[in-house]
Amino acid sequence: MTSDLNIVALVSIGQHPKSGRARRAEQDARAVELGMRLAGDNVQVLHAGDAAEETLRQYAGMGLKSLRVLQQSPQADAVVALGDYLAEHRADVVLTGVRAESGESSGMAPYLLAEKLGWPLVTRIADIVSIENGEAQILQALPRGQRRAIQVRLPFVASVDMAAQVARQSAFGPGRRAELESLPWVETPDSERAQFKEAPARKRPKRLKKVKATTAAERFKAATAKSQGTGGRIIKDQPPTEQAQAIFDLLLEEGVLR
Amino acid sequence: MSDLIRRDPRAEWIARNRLHPLHAAMTAPAGEVRGPSGLLRKNPHGVGFIGPNGIKRIDRSGGSNAAAGGRRGAAKSAQAVELPLHVVEAPDFYVVTVLDLVGGRLGSHDKDVLGQAHKLVNGLEGNGAVLAVVFGECKEEGFGLAGVDRLLHLEGSEYEGYSPEQRLAALVEVERRFTPRYWLFPDSINGGNELGCRLAARLGERPATQAWQVDTQQTLCRGAGGSSDITRATPRLLLLAEECAEPVDERRHEALAVELDSIAPSLVRIRDCGQVAVDPNAIPLAEAEFILSAGNGIRDWDQFHQAAELLGATEGASRVVVDDGFMPRPRQVGASGTWVTARVYLAVGISGAIQHMQGIGQCDKVVAINLDAGCDMVKRADLSVIGDSQAVLAHLIELAREYRHGAAENAA
Repeated sequence: MTSDLNIVALVSIGQHPKSGRARRAEQDARAVELGMRLAGDNVQVLHAGDAAEETLRQYAGMGLKSLRVLQQSPQADAVVALGDYLAEHRADVVLTGVRAESGESSGMAPYLLAEKLGWPLVTRIADIVSIENGEAQILQALPRGQRRAIQVRLPFVASVDMAAQVARQSAFGPGRRAELESLPWVETPDSERAQFKEAPARKRPKRLKKVKATTAAERFKAATAKSQGTGGRIIKDQPPTEQAQAIFDLLLEEGVLR
Repeated sequence: MSDLIRRDPRAEWIARNRLHPLHAAMTAPAGEVRGPSGLLRKNPHGVGFIGPNGIKRIDRSGGSNAAAGGRRGAAKSAQAVELPLHVVEAPDFYVVTVLDLVGGRLGSHDKDVLGQAHKLVNGLEGNGAVLAVVFGECKEEGFGLAGVDRLLHLEGSEYEGYSPEQRLAALVEVERRFTPRYWLFPDSINGGNELGCRLAARLGERPATQAWQVDTQQTLCRGAGGSSDITRATPRLLLLAEECAEPVDERRHEALAVELDSIAPSLVRIRDCGQVAVDPNAIPLAEAEFILSAGNGIRDWDQFHQAAELLGATEGASRVVVDDGFMPRPRQVGASGTWVTARVYLAVGISGAIQHMQGIGQCDKVVAINLDAGCDMVKRADLSVIGDSQAVLAHLIELAREYRHGAAENAA
């Protein structure tokens, strides 16, 4: 594939869902993987935050020579810094995850960047099939394992879904040896975020089935009624051709035959 | 016909027995009686009914009415309960909800969002209306019952398929025209999240995502990939998690159609080239849309695999055939296998052990092919075919082949 492409993958610090330990974020690692398959190790991996963070070396361990870090304090707004950087440096494709694993995790970063740069945004992609003549063929992941083909002109922003190819393993040694290039950057404090109160997630109450019965008979009925009472159509004593036709008609009506 | 009033002992017996399945149908309230002066007359002798031992019983709970054995008024009970209609004539403000409408129908997530919208309307002063925006094809009839006061249905070729830019342009127009107090989106992968985020970025709002406890002051939403709760002041744009509020169920709403004057066609930079055919067996069983499942009744396995391939169905299996080695363990449906969520589940030769029925609890349409008409699977199924599965599958394969062939010819 064309290697003169300028592909930027944005990475964040992930969090293991059970232990809470910092790790490379799953979706961001997939974005890096996708970028490396498109452009080899020419892919530029960008992070806004602290360059001293050891977790970043897990991305570098995937086979990158260097990582660029926009040096910022944790209170700063990363989207502003990334947007400024991308406006200055030419990029053809910007890859991000769908949602961060730590912090506010609102998933707004790709949208805000695309809005700021004025580029199209393709969400939840599974793969970039090809990039030719300034146009990219993309596979988008849909619910229920379906895929949709999409065509978009460069430059664009894309968020990478969990359906994309799993990221390669990270090697410890190359990760240690990779260069973390730290750029001092203007900080924009995130004042709105400072007013948020954060606490460990509470368990959500389960929704209970409400019985709106006014009489004992209705309550009795609600308590004893079988969940599937009515039963459907039964076709009996008919030739198999007609039986098969009935099933086939239902499949057509439901639109599951493609 | 004689004028003799005959007793109907069976009807009397049903009227006495409040747990009888026909009780509600047989004992409908009698129509009101007016005297010559127009006065409402009550017949004290008509109250209650005669019990089996000849003693008069009066049931004050209203569960059973008099007129035991009489033939009057039986038709009236069939009337469905009419919920009170909630009318908003000139709304002071709007709360706009943008609904997913998966498959053209309201889902439970959509209904929860509408319920949340009414909770917010009730929390504010003045009378507000809930405006629902839906895109594309729509088969839903029950918008009024789900709590929609005003309905904006945008349809046309420009909204077909994946068209986020055009939809966003329409929402920006809605913002300009109605200036809603709140924007509510379902935070779902069916498009609600994407559209909400796009609008938030365009309007410069900071949305609350995965919000699950919302009132007019404060919002509680999940952060850090669901591992933390963020408490914040309620923003104007909210992406709501599932089960964020109870759906509306105690009144009807008008669901009046509203129109937008004109929406400027947006520049289309993202072109939708349609859905791509995927290998159905590569889709995880838990999220497959159409499953062909095999049970102990299958003898010809080659035929079964051929049928699955031609129908484009994901293969599933019951525990027995997995234990017998005909299918791999990951294909097992049921309590110790996968809990599936298919829209159509075609069970061939599965009688329906309770563990299996648990696994298909969330399926919409179940079709059974079985020799035994009395088995549990047939009781659950929406369409059951009683007969030899091998013969039915053979004809099904033929039909599918014709269908594919016809489609290929039409395309050529």
